[in-house]
Amino acid sequence: MEKETCNFSYCEKPEVVEVETDLLLLGGGMSACGAAYEATRWANPKGIKITMVDKAATDRSGAVAMGLSAINTYIGENKVEDYVRYVRNDLMGITRDDLVFDLGRHVDDSVHLFEEWGLPIWKKGDDGFSLDGFQAKDAGKTSLKEGGTPVRSGKWQIMINGESYKAIVAEAAKKALDENKKATGVEQNHYERVFIVRLFKDANDPTRVAAAVGFSVREHKMYVFKAKTICLGAGGAVNVFRPRSSKEGQGRAWYPVWNSGSGYALGMQAGAELTLMENRFVPARFKDGYGPVGAWFLFFKCKATNALGEDYCANEEYLAEARAKYGDKYVDKMGTAMRNHLMMKDMKAGKGPIMMNTHEAMQAINKTFVEQLGEKEGKKKIKHLEAEAWEDFLDMCIGQAGLWASKSIEPDKTPSEIMPTEPYLLGSHAGCAGFWCSGPGDIEGTPESWSWGYNRMSTVPGLFMMGDIVGASGHKFSSGSHAEGRLAAKNAIAYMLDNPDFVPTPRRSLDEMMGEIYLPYEVYEQHKTYSTDPAINPHYIKPDMLQTRLQKISDEYFGGCSTWYMTSRTMLNEGLAQLQMLKEDSSKMAAGTLHELMRCWENYHRILSVEAHARHILYREESRYPGYYYRGDHDFIDDVNWKVFTCSTYDHATGEFTMSKRDHKNLFSD
Amino acid sequence: MPSFVIAEKCDGCKAQDKTACQYICPNDLMALNRDIMKAFNQEPEQCWECYNCVKICPQQAIEVRGYQDFNPLGGNVIPMRGTDSIMWTIKFRNGVLKRFKFPIRTTAEASIDCYTGKPEADFANLKGPGFFNYVARTE
Repeated sequence: MEKETCNFSYCEKPEVVEVETDLLLLGGGMSACGAAYEATRWANPKGIKITMVDKAATDRSGAVAMGLSAINTYIGENKVEDYVRYVRNDLMGITRDDLVFDLGRHVDDSVHLFEEWGLPIWKKGDDGFSLDGFQAKDAGKTSLKEGGTPVRSGKWQIMINGESYKAIVAEAAKKALDENKKATGVEQNHYERVFIVRLFKDANDPTRVAAAVGFSVREHKMYVFKAKTICLGAGGAVNVFRPRSSKEGQGRAWYPVWNSGSGYALGMQAGAELTLMENRFVPARFKDGYGPVGAWFLFFKCKATNALGEDYCANEEYLAEARAKYGDKYVDKMGTAMRNHLMMKDMKAGKGPIMMNTHEAMQAINKTFVEQLGEKEGKKKIKHLEAEAWEDFLDMCIGQAGLWASKSIEPDKTPSEIMPTEPYLLGSHAGCAGFWCSGPGDIEGTPESWSWGYNRMSTVPGLFMMGDIVGASGHKFSSGSHAEGRLAAKNAIAYMLDNPDFVPTPRRSLDEMMGEIYLPYEVYEQHKTYSTDPAINPHYIKPDMLQTRLQKISDEYFGGCSTWYMTSRTMLNEGLAQLQMLKEDSSKMAAGTLHELMRCWENYHRILSVEAHARHILYREESRYPGYYYRGDHDFIDDVNWKVFTCSTYDHATGEFTMSKRDHKNLFSD
Repeated sequence: MPSFVIAEKCDGCKAQDKTACQYICPNDLMALNRDIMKAFNQEPEQCWECYNCVKICPQQAIEVRGYQDFNPLGGNVIPMRGTDSIMWTIKFRNGVLKRFKFPIRTTAEASIDCYTGKPEADFANLKGPGFFNYVARTE
């Protein structure tokens, strides 16, 4: 189908704002905020200009916008190499040990900064019980940096009072940007509510990106950011599979609903190589509200069982079958995917609902408290504990608190149902779908092909990745994403100083770029009066229906909830054929407002992310992640042929993917 | 659990160029109806119930109503965010009421001074591990 463009016959041309910068940060979440903080210190003495572009307000943008009740990566008293083992085990044996080790050796500094900036971190009291951030301060507990003891919920996790986590991190990033603004004399270097649609290549050096182009969602203005280097931190992909919720509730996605796959799509279109895009995350969470279970499992020592009170992870028959198909090694390690697999066996056998037995855990703790501390002091601690349990939700998943209130569930009295969600694509939580990036290169045993001089640089020179979209290195979480942003930005500056002569010159003219980005506006204006209801019109597709069609295709053919995460070569091929038509129809996307224009392009980004996901699942002829998805035609783990990194590149001009394998290697023993 | 605006309380943040809820919503959901100068959630099925609009509203005009595809009616969660802590009031469908107060930050808002006392960047370390202020761990 011929590519269409907007010639502004029906809609008004936007004003164009051209910004020339040196280091461009795309995104405003944890990684971009980390990048701004680190970069400024290196940039200011050299007069390097930094610019951050966020589609929302940085105070509350990205995956931490609501807040968090824990920091899930803090190495502290542990060994960095044990962190590498934990991440690799949870991701079924295939991760980039160099990237993970590198993250682990840096992450604690970001956590120390958060505390310094004002994030309240729980500390262990003298009596062994936990103190919240204020109590710890009042009790004279020292900071983590000075050796204070955090409250560990798991080996790597520490508890925080994190309602304002993002606001605090954003404040430091904005201060940093302000310092850079003063040092370089630019008028503005922080753009909020600007949505980036596309990266455009350079006219003189076709391997490089010259500009990021998008529009304001507040004013009729197109933005062209020309940059010498780019750090891309535009997040993973949510609402790409049909959600379990059927209407309003689809906003209650487990991961932030505004993560629209822009990170993947922008890098793919620039030609950056992807890795492990078949990986996904299917979290088992409290049903419907998607409240976090980590603190319940790890901190409150809660047990999940089927409705008959049986531990599905101990079912001999299921375990024997899993061993036969997937191997002893992966069953023994019992990572997140395997636990999902066993839970679903029970659900399919009709032994659901699966219950998180919060009441039993709370009662057991209550008993211990009263025994240890006596009636009066014990009751006081129990009250504190109840508040801690509620804070877990109120900090990071308020809707779950609302759901408990709506159903009159008190966790100390009633258990709650848990369930595996729809799939999500991301690389910072318990997933590792993303780009193939250069590692630091200094870690012993690193293969030569894993490092090309600049840490976190993608295969596109000058284009660095951070956060959710760095592949093969999950379990970074909020703190790790911040640290990774810092690493990417520092190395982007090194790259820029080594390549001082690059003058970014977009290959496309302003009119060409504008024609592409505003096409959905033109389509709408041209046809909107054809029918009496602009929502139903044969000449176009509105963004909400584009998203619905995508979700239906991925759910039914690429292993969503409705097939119990099952797919196969034949199913994938049929789904890809349908996806191709959806991709073609994207030239008929219609937007009546700037808000809808953003939704159109967000959903286009989702389509590209899903296509990469499906093509990778098709390429990997095994079921590496049972519990996340299954290839019914290859329902086994095949370490001989598939303990490899699957990689791909996307050609934006032809729409073709080129698939390949790269060898895997452990840099640290199992 | 989409947010909604109580008509009687919303004044459209008259003195500002845009409303507080429009400014903060991470998903660009809040819009202003200029005819009546009141805000509304333009796309409730894309609401993550992050409560940022509820917390920021100077008139306390925004609340959240449970997603009706799975929430029974009658429950309610209302925050009151201060400068250093947040108060939550949770009303259950069966009438049970719970109140909690949690710290949110240990420093004053806008007081972060993020480089004072930190070393300058040493360009000899630009390409190695570590941050401008931090030597990477080795074990």
